[in-house]
Amino acid sequence: MTSEELLQALNHVIDDETAMALYEEFAQEFDECNPCHLVVDNIRKTIQLFKAGQPYQMPDKFYQQFRMILTQKWKEKFPNAVIDS
Amino acid sequence: MLSPTHVSAVDSGPVNESHLVQLAQQGDFSAFEKLVQQLQPRVLRLAYRILGQTQDAEDVMQQTFLTVIEKIDTFRGESLFSTWVLRIATNFALKILRTKSHEKILDRSSDEDSYESIPFPEFISQWKEQPSQLVENQELKDFLDKAISQLDEKYRVVFVLRDIEGLNTEETANTLGITESNVKIRLLRARLELREKLTRYLGDESKKIPLDHPHRPK
Repeated sequence: MTSEELLQALNHVIDDETAMALYEEFAQEFDECNPCHLVVDNIRKTIQLFKAGQPYQMPDKFYQQFRMILTQKWKEKFPNAVIDS
Repeated sequence: MLSPTHVSAVDSGPVNESHLVQLAQQGDFSAFEKLVQQLQPRVLRLAYRILGQTQDAEDVMQQTFLTVIEKIDTFRGESLFSTWVLRIATNFALKILRTKSHEKILDRSSDEDSYESIPFPEFISQWKEQPSQLVENQELKDFLDKAISQLDEKYRVVFVLRDIEGLNTEETANTLGITESNVKIRLLRARLELREKLTRYLGDESKKIPLDHPHRPK
């Protein structure tokens, strides 16, 4: 297997749940320091970290203003809409 | 059909996204607000990860939901509502990127990447801690911000849409106007670049794998 083919295969394994299940079957054959296994594991953890939580907290002041602007726009779009304050 | 002045149906119990969209399309502001509450964190995260600036991210969020109001009656359910909203947000974020860069950084057709140009992993090791132990670490949050901001925009956008926001390859390709093959290649490059940075930061130096492993190119 060439390095390019290997990289493509790793990409596929990370994306595809079925491929991941198959990979985990043969991954059991590897010891914990297997490089390919570690690269896939590192990438999955990298994605997990970026997906976790919010990168920053939106300021309350901005949210209040944001809601007010949306409310005004909604009234323009639906003039008869009932909006609780 | 419900009148825009009807009492909201949202308060009567849990409702799914498509039902909320139907109510919102008929003028129910409570339904729309529920949708905003559900989607606003994702829109803000997407914009912040693409642009790296809180002010820009907030601008994108505001523009996105104003556009959603304008066009909500044109949504026909051909994709998930959330995907539709994220596409709108991505377009606003790309517009800001283009304005700031003054370059064709996200050129839609002429920039086909290849697997041959992708750097091979160098620092390979298991991490010293699990992601669940790290998510509240402010120093790490700052490191993540820095790492993703250092990615070329064309790779960063694909990573944000595919891996952070969960769009599939086809949706990402359609949103960015690039081929699915290019999505896959750019995604791999982004993943490997970020993996390299994070593993150098979080990896166990004492368990680092030597670079003579057989999958490396000779």
